[in-house]
Amino acid sequence: MTHQIRLTVNGEAVAREVEPRLTLADFLRETLDLTGTHLGCEHGVCGACTVVVDGRSVRGCLMFAVQADETSVVTVEGLAALCPQRGDAVRRGEQQLSVLQDAFRQHHALQCGFCTSGLLTTAHALLAETPDPTPDQVRLAISGNLCRCTGYIPIVEAILDAARRLRE
Amino acid sequence: MPNRYFAARHSNALPVGAAVKAAAFDYLAPRTLDQALTALSAHGDDAKLLAGGQSLAPVLALRLANPAVLIDLNRVAGLDRLQTDGAGDMHVGAMVRSRTLELSPEIARAQPLIHAAMPWVAHVQIRNRGTLGGSLSHADPSAELPAVAIACDAVLTLRSLRGEREVAAESFFKGLFTTALAQDEILTSVRFPGWPATRRCGFIELARRHGDYAIVGVALTVDIDDSAKVTAARLVLFGASDMPMRARAVESALIGEPADAALAARAASAAAAGLDLRSDHQASAEYRRELAQVLTRRALVQAFSAPAATVAGAPPGIAGGQQ
Repeated sequence: MTHQIRLTVNGEAVAREVEPRLTLADFLRETLDLTGTHLGCEHGVCGACTVVVDGRSVRGCLMFAVQADETSVVTVEGLAALCPQRGDAVRRGEQQLSVLQDAFRQHHALQCGFCTSGLLTTAHALLAETPDPTPDQVRLAISGNLCRCTGYIPIVEAILDAARRLRE
Repeated sequence: MPNRYFAARHSNALPVGAAVKAAAFDYLAPRTLDQALTALSAHGDDAKLLAGGQSLAPVLALRLANPAVLIDLNRVAGLDRLQTDGAGDMHVGAMVRSRTLELSPEIARAQPLIHAAMPWVAHVQIRNRGTLGGSLSHADPSAELPAVAIACDAVLTLRSLRGEREVAAESFFKGLFTTALAQDEILTSVRFPGWPATRRCGFIELARRHGDYAIVGVALTVDIDDSAKVTAARLVLFGASDMPMRARAVESALIGEPADAALAARAASAAAAGLDLRSDHQASAEYRRELAQVLTRRALVQAFSAPAATVAGAPPGIAGGQQ
């Protein structure tokens, strides 16, 4: 049996019929074709599938799409439009990275990119809640996101730099 | 089945041949507790309750359980309240999320042990979904909240169509992933008794990485009188055996003694007494015995040196770090 869900994804209203066992991450990737959300372990360990639901970062693989009925979901594809400094340009149709994404690029905070969308969504939720985080707060916030390339140091530097730039 | 699940959860590795997509199930999203209880009663063993889903979703993905029906409690009205009654007891609804407990100023003020434990509970994304009731009902032996509930002498309210009953946290846990919940019962709220001015707490655990399930952890409360002597103690070890257990030998060694570092060292030597210690790929029983003693001593020192009604403890390796 399928269920009708209505939600907002990256600011757009979405209505679909879903099977209950479909995870939110699979719904975003397979049904909506938003493949920026990555799937690593699919049982809640790696953090690659992190998306923001009603302002809070969650594991997209540990929530069913049917549970996202009446929520607002933000994926990595929606971050630039939500950026306080770049959002207007994105809405005018310009291709822009968010300040956070830009900081990741500048600080070499990604290499293969597999974990990057999960780290960006996690950091996005952190900065919305804590605009001036300490380095320790950043490390704790991303402790649920595995990265095999960077050694994390450039990621922490990028998030702190983005926080600084967003406060200016 | 629980043992297989246990191995999977604690090794972070998929069992050989494991699926990562859940088998098909029907989904019910009751709006009231009565609707949820009626559905649970009707579907019996075929149904599973879905709270935060942070343990159940992996179980389904790995097909270690294949329930025909999921009853989602997330839309049931009234299960997510957090309130203090006239007697100073705090009532926490079963669907209150870990993140809410972590950030609540009321919890930080009135229930310092919960506040001290929360940064150790998994990662922020998990705490954003996971619930108090879900963690207690799941009864993972390495989870923090069951140990905290016992150390706080919390009382759990269980509801079914047959009525309501209260069970002390200490009697609620029966073994590995096993609780006092009957098949038709739902844990609806947890009452944490008011915190006396003389009470201190300690919380510490060791895991391979911060946020992982504990290899061993300690949650404790001690009451210390005006002459700096211990008048009461509840010390709970988790991760050490199949369920969180009070270390009664340590507790009785503390009573009536001056609360100092020498007492902490002396009492902690009995930490593993009488425990059936677990041995697995993470740590041998012998290592857990040593860890139980070391962590008990450290948690006692934390509690003894903390000013009353404040919080001790920060996650390992990250000085002063709380989110």
